[in-house]
Parts: sequence; structure tokens; C-alpha cells
Amino acid sequence: MFKQNALHYLNLAGFKWMIPVVKLAMWDNPREQGAEIARQIGLPIVAILLFLAMWSTGAAKVVTSLGTLPGPGAVVEAGQSLWQEHKAERQKAEAFYERQHKRNEAKLAKNPDAEVKIRPYTGKPTYLDQIVTSLKTVFTGFLVASVIAIPIGVACGLSPLLNTAISPIIQVLKPVSPLAWLPLVTMVVSALYVSDDPMMPKSFVNSAITVTLCCMWPTLINTAMGVANIDKDLINVGRVIQLGWMTQVRKIAIPASLPMIFTGLRISLGIGWMVLIAAEMLAQNPGLGKFVWDEFQNGSSESLARIMFAVITIGLIGFILDSMMQSLHKLVAHDDAVS
Amino acid sequence: MSHYLDISHISIEFPTKNGPFKALDKVDLKIARGEFISLIGHSGCGKSTVLNIVAGLYQATEGAVVLESKEVNEPGPDRAVVFQNHSLFPWLTVYENVELAVKQVFKGKKNKAEIRDWVAHNLELVHMSHALHKYPAEISGGMKQRVGIARALAMEPKVLLMDEPFGALDALTRAHLQDALMEIQAELNNTVILITHDVDEAVLLSDRIVMMTNGPAASVGDILSIDLPRPRDRLALADSPDYNHYRAEVLTFLHQKQAKPDVPIVAKSATATPADAADTDQKLDKVVGA
Repeated sequence: MFKQNALHYLNLAGFKWMIPVVKLAMWDNPREQGAEIARQIGLPIVAILLFLAMWSTGAAKVVTSLGTLPGPGAVVEAGQSLWQEHKAERQKAEAFYERQHKRNEAKLAKNPDAEVKIRPYTGKPTYLDQIVTSLKTVFTGFLVASVIAIPIGVACGLSPLLNTAISPIIQVLKPVSPLAWLPLVTMVVSALYVSDDPMMPKSFVNSAITVTLCCMWPTLINTAMGVANIDKDLINVGRVIQLGWMTQVRKIAIPASLPMIFTGLRISLGIGWMVLIAAEMLAQNPGLGKFVWDEFQNGSSESLARIMFAVITIGLIGFILDSMMQSLHKLVAHDDAVS
Repeated sequence: MSHYLDISHISIEFPTKNGPFKALDKVDLKIARGEFISLIGHSGCGKSTVLNIVAGLYQATEGAVVLESKEVNEPGPDRAVVFQNHSLFPWLTVYENVELAVKQVFKGKKNKAEIRDWVAHNLELVHMSHALHKYPAEISGGMKQRVGIARALAMEPKVLLMDEPFGALDALTRAHLQDALMEIQAELNNTVILITHDVDEAVLLSDRIVMMTNGPAASVGDILSIDLPRPRDRLALADSPDYNHYRAEVLTFLHQKQAKPDVPIVAKSATATPADAADTDQKLDKVVGA
């Protein structure tokens, strides 16, 4: 029972490749598990090694104005140096607060009524800070997109007339690149988002809105399709028991189309993450996009390796976000039986 | 004299690109309280359409359905429907599926404990108490249909409408469910309209079999009263001359009087989507093709 549950959750969490390892640990048909491990884990490792070999031999032959293209080794080093910089910056920050603290204590000892302040540290953001900024931006944009797209999608699914009416608008806006949206968004935000003490920096708002504009469409379209294609009998059941319109939407339309909605959300988040990097470059939002851009402008001998490290980071985070959405999707999908 | 359920001269036309298509022409049927009626006929003859009009899901173009002296114009729980494909909500458990209907139908009439007991009681009736907290995907097709029946019974309908409820099941499961239905019927004595294309099912379960003519513009062809004593036992009846006589009469009607040389008798596939939409499509195809 425990084993079944454990395997079920691994599958749900997207760690399907772990299943044979767990089974092997429980000594469940070890020979078969060995073969399964070789297939599920061994083959990808072989492919990765081959890829790395091709990369390092190929990269060495490309000479750019910033030196030869870095191979895997240089990229790992770049990653390590980014980590060192992060630690150093954190130590500096700690030291900064420590000094303030001491100064304040001294002040208070002299005069217990003295007013003391803690000034925030204003060092430059480290690589990890930039990752966090990017994630915050993408989730803000994605959340806003979902909040807009799901209700409109439900409305379109329920009303073929509405769907016919706004479908052309959706089809035209859907393929627009983030680079085209951004200048417009920047101008509109500058005009409307005026405040002396803004809660969020403008660059953040610009990037998030650009993400919203680009990633809301798959959710909207999938939601509309999911709602429009609900089994007619399920709706008839609702009519027979005389559910009110709102209850019908809440208890039948939305749960029935949840798997489709999540398919849309998954695509949306993927697009949002892709779009974000470009938006951050242009909007100068201090995330991974700005990091890549700054390194490119910087043009030191280390820059290319750092950019490549960023590329790999972006890819990995995108992969993690997608697996996360896939797990959520499996949780809400009701058609596949629990084995 | 007024009847319990009076299906009075109903006709229905569906708009199509080639003008209106008349599916039913003056179907007239009086049903007494507690009577078990089967509607039988070839695919596409409009059996399901009759049922949908009684359910209030379709509106008749002419004529009316009167239940206990009140005209039927919209769907309601007093005419609960058991659909061919169980139509359980896959995101709810067996218990929750029935509960959703009970809560809605008995809003303000039953308290929490009564609702719980009533849901449990109806699932007990169809022998599904062992799987209250399973999801539809975790139980077999026959069990799903049992739950569908429990959900309909739990609404305490005046008329129970069953649209080929066992059509998607294998023969053995179907026999089990027919027996279960007879048991429940003996206990509750519901008024039932059953749509079927299975001659044995119709003879075994019904008080009267209504045989429909072929569409378009289908109507009631013949009505056969089944005077077999209840409780009926399928094994004993298999050798009974009366039973076989009734069977033969229905078969004669279907294969001689209403034979369809141009259209092969289409067996309903187990996965057929809303039976009724498929029926209408077939009819439309025929009209367009003719």
C-alpha cells in the first residue's frame, strides 16, 4: 500500500524515471528494474555526454571578438564565480548591517532616547537575486493573465455568439511578439502609473504586463474550448436537477473543463517564461534578461561563459516550471484512473 | 378520465438547412401511475426524442405532455433521466454525485443528516454501498450505471426516464442490472419509461411495449400489453410459451411491418455519444440522402 502510494506520487510529481530506482530499492524484480534504469536514466546520460563532447570540440573552433566560444568547463567556472560573487555580496551586506547595528547600539548607550534608523543595503543584485526577480515577474504576469483569460474563456465557451464575436481579435493579438508590445506598454505605463512612491518599479510592471499580453491566449483559447465541449449529458443532468446558471457554471462547467484549462495554463506559463527574458532585456527589469544583456554590453572575456550559464539556467527553470504545471495537470485530470 | 402521464399528440420539427425536418408526428400515449413502459423501434426512429420531450429537454412543436394534470415545459427532477452513458461527474465520488442532486432537489426540505441518509439509502438500493468514496473512473461500467440509477431514484421522480440505460453494457452485466431494476421496481413501483432496442429487455421488464414506426415523422405503431405475472424470472421465462409469443410479436413488428430494407439496423456502439444527438444526425443524413 505504502509502495503503491509512493510510486503514484512519484508519477504525479513528474519523477517517472525515479520509479525503477525506488522499485529496485525495494528489491522488486531487480533484473527488470536494472534494464528500466539503464533505459530511463542511462540513455539520457549518454546523450548528454555526447552533447557536451560536441559542444566542447565545436566551441573551440569558433573565435569571436571576445575570445573562443567557451566550452562546458568554462561555463561551470562561470557558474562557480557567480556563486562566489553572490556569497561575497551577501557577506558585504551582512557586514553593512552589522556596522549599522553597532553604531546604533553605541548611540543608544550614550543617549537612550536617540532615534536610530536601519538603512537598507543597496549593493548590486547578484545572480540569485536576478533569478528571484525573474520568477516574481513571470508569476505576476502569468497570474494576471490567468485572472483575465479564464473568465473570458469560460464566457466564450458558454456563449458561441461571444466566441464568434471576439475570436478574430484573439487570433490577431495572439501572434504579436513581446518586442512589439513592450514600447507600447512602456509608454502606457509611464502615462498611467504615476506615483511618488511606487510599490513596484516601472521596469517590473512593464515586463510583467508584456508577459501577460503574450501568455494569456493559450489559457483563453483552451478554456473556451474546454467549456464549449463539455459532454452534453452532463449539462442535461444539471438542467434536470434545475441548477441555477451560476451553480451550473461553478459545479459543472468549470470542473468539467479543468483539465483543458490546465493544459492552457501550462502552455501559457511556458510562453510567459520565454517572453520574459526578451521583455527584461528591453525593459531593464533586473532579472535574467537584464543579466544577459548587461553581460553582452560588458563584453569582458568572461561574458560569453556567463551568458551560456544564464542560457542553461533559463532552460532548467523553464523545465522545472513546466514539470510543475504538468504535475498540477495530472492532479486535476479526472479521466485517467488511479491504477 | 385523466391519466397520470399524458403524452398528447406531440410532433416535433428540427430546423435544418433543407427546411424543417419532422422527427415525430402526433405521438400519443397515456401512461398510468406505476406502469412500466418500454419504447422500442429502429435506430433513428425518434424514441430518444420522445423521452427528451417528456424530460423537458426538447420542446414539442405541437401537442403537449401533461403530468398529473400539469403541462411539462422545462426539465425538472420530477422527471429524472438515466442517460445511456451514465453521465456521472468524473470529478466527484459516487457519493458526491448522488449528493449533488439530492442537495439541489431537496434544498430546504431535508437537513444535513437526512440528506446523508437519503443518499446512502439510494446507493444501498442499487447495491453500491461498498464504493461510496470511489471515483467513476475507478468502477466498472455496470456500477456507473447503477449509480446513475441511484441518482435518478434519489430525486423521487414521478416518472423515471431511462434512455437505453443498459445499451453500453455487456450481456451479463446488462442481465444483472435488469434484475436489479425489477427488484427496485417491485419495491418502489415507479412509473418508468424505458427506451431500448433490446427485445428481451422490453418483454422482461415492461407492462406495455410501445413499438414505434420508422422515422421521419415517426409515431406509435403498435402497443403490446405484457401480461406475465411478476416477479418475473428470466430463466423460467426462457421456456415460457407466453414469453416467446410476446417476443415473436415484437420481432415481427420490427422486422416485417417496419423492416428497413434501405438502412441496415445500426447497432449502437458502446461509446456512442449522446444517443439522441446521434439519432438526430442519422435522421438528418437520411433525409438529405433521400
